[in-house]
Amino acid sequence: MARYMVLIYGDAQQWDTMTDEQWKAHNAAHAAFVAKAGAQVIDGQQLESVPTATSLRSDALGRINTTDGPFLETKEALGGYYLLEAADLDEVLSLATLLPEVHATHSGVEIRPVVDHG
Amino acid sequence: MNDEVVAAVAQAHRRDWAQVFSTTAHLTRDLDLAEECAQDAFAQALETWAETGIPDRPGAWLTTTARNRARDVLRRESVFRRKMPLLVADDTVPGPEGGLVDDRLRLIFTCTHPALSREAQVALTLRLVCGLSTPEVARAFLVQPATMAARITRAKKKIAAARIPYRIPDPDQLEERVGAVLEVVHLIFTTGHTAPVGAHLVRQDMVDSAISLARMLHLLMPADAEISALLALLLLTASRQDTRVSADGRLVLLSEQDRSRWDRQLIAEGQSLLLVALRRRPTRYALEAAIAALHAEAPTWQDTDWTQIVRIYDALFRVWPSPVVGLNRAVAIGFRDGPRAGLDALTPLLTDPALATYGYLSAARADFLRQLRQWPHAATAYEEALILTDNDVERAFLTERLTDVRRHLLGPPTAGPSTGSPSG
Repeated sequence: MARYMVLIYGDAQQWDTMTDEQWKAHNAAHAAFVAKAGAQVIDGQQLESVPTATSLRSDALGRINTTDGPFLETKEALGGYYLLEAADLDEVLSLATLLPEVHATHSGVEIRPVVDHG
Repeated sequence: MNDEVVAAVAQAHRRDWAQVFSTTAHLTRDLDLAEECAQDAFAQALETWAETGIPDRPGAWLTTTARNRARDVLRRESVFRRKMPLLVADDTVPGPEGGLVDDRLRLIFTCTHPALSREAQVALTLRLVCGLSTPEVARAFLVQPATMAARITRAKKKIAAARIPYRIPDPDQLEERVGAVLEVVHLIFTTGHTAPVGAHLVRQDMVDSAISLARMLHLLMPADAEISALLALLLLTASRQDTRVSADGRLVLLSEQDRSRWDRQLIAEGQSLLLVALRRRPTRYALEAAIAALHAEAPTWQDTDWTQIVRIYDALFRVWPSPVVGLNRAVAIGFRDGPRAGLDALTPLLTDPALATYGYLSAARADFLRQLRQWPHAATAYEEALILTDNDVERAFLTERLTDVRRHLLGPPTAGPSTGSPSG
């Protein structure tokens, strides 16, 4: 078995303008995903929106700067993640197609294998 | 080392590489180690067969040798290898059409996995399934060998790290995944059929690789109609291979080709595969093969059934609405109804951004304009077409046509209308 991080990206504006009805359907789809994946879901969370983000990095003199906002300014924001356990990539691909973000045109997921340090 | 042994090893490499490599990879679960062991087995064959003679079943001999070598390495390096990401392989399970899964099929699906870029899929397929060397693959895609080697290494690393499995896709994914395999095979064929660059029109190693891949797929999944259709298309198209270039290396158009030299055996094989494929819902490759078959069956260029060909292009455009299909359809209309109609059919394509740098659109327009004796426009279109191809054989053909058109453009001194009488 191996671990995969499923990073959920999307256009935050589109998420912000979703109606209660749309959120209900959206959450139901996530519940269906979790039900199907079962024990393969190690962790999974929705993240607060990008304006709540804080970033840390050092400048040339090695001083740590704290800044308001995401590390990378992009149109698509990281909105949540799942950490999954699966036998191979095909298993993750087939599970991830259940995620509602994969079916909306403004969003999608990125799947990254997690390094196995044995 | 005698010639007979060298030839036998070369033949075994063409015929059995995929089998030797794929079964070794299943054992090692490491593509690099499998490559090393398979290559060693072929090198060993050169020596051993010279002494003991060529075995009755060279493929089996090579597979056994490669797997034995792999077992030795695995025993020696077991501690080290335990720390490496290994190929995720299923064990013997029934294949999509019953019977045990052939490792070659596992390998093909791994190499053409959608998580790999199309470039990487093609490179891996040629390198690992067809057994071409990295410089050979690099040459086909006009990149430096070092660049191609890096591309292949990256792809292999992804297969291991992301655990792209070494197995046949589940039934619900199979059709889509076979589609990706066929696209890769088709791309390899078209790259060879008309090489985008270089001194030769045809790159035979690519054509041969594509046909042997399609044959292998057909052998392993005989009930898949789309595979039969693609194999039919490749065979019917390749049947004209020898007549597309003259003895002195010039391009010979379909209308001028010596049809008595078309490969009748390939045509017959293509036709019977096509008949099977057409019993199902007509798909992209089946329709393309049907068009190729109509050309192959026409005894002369004048006998070509353009009405039927245009009809099939219409059907093809419905299942595969690509601008290139639109272009070929327009050309067929031109042959059916004359150059004026052909030119009209091409007009809507001129604004299609997908065809903006597609030289065959310019060449098709140039030819219709030439037939309509619109010399200035024809000249411009030939010049455009020339800019857009880097194949020397095509360039020579277009240059010849352009020269011819320019001769008319200047006009013989007596042909033009008089522009007034000299004063006097």
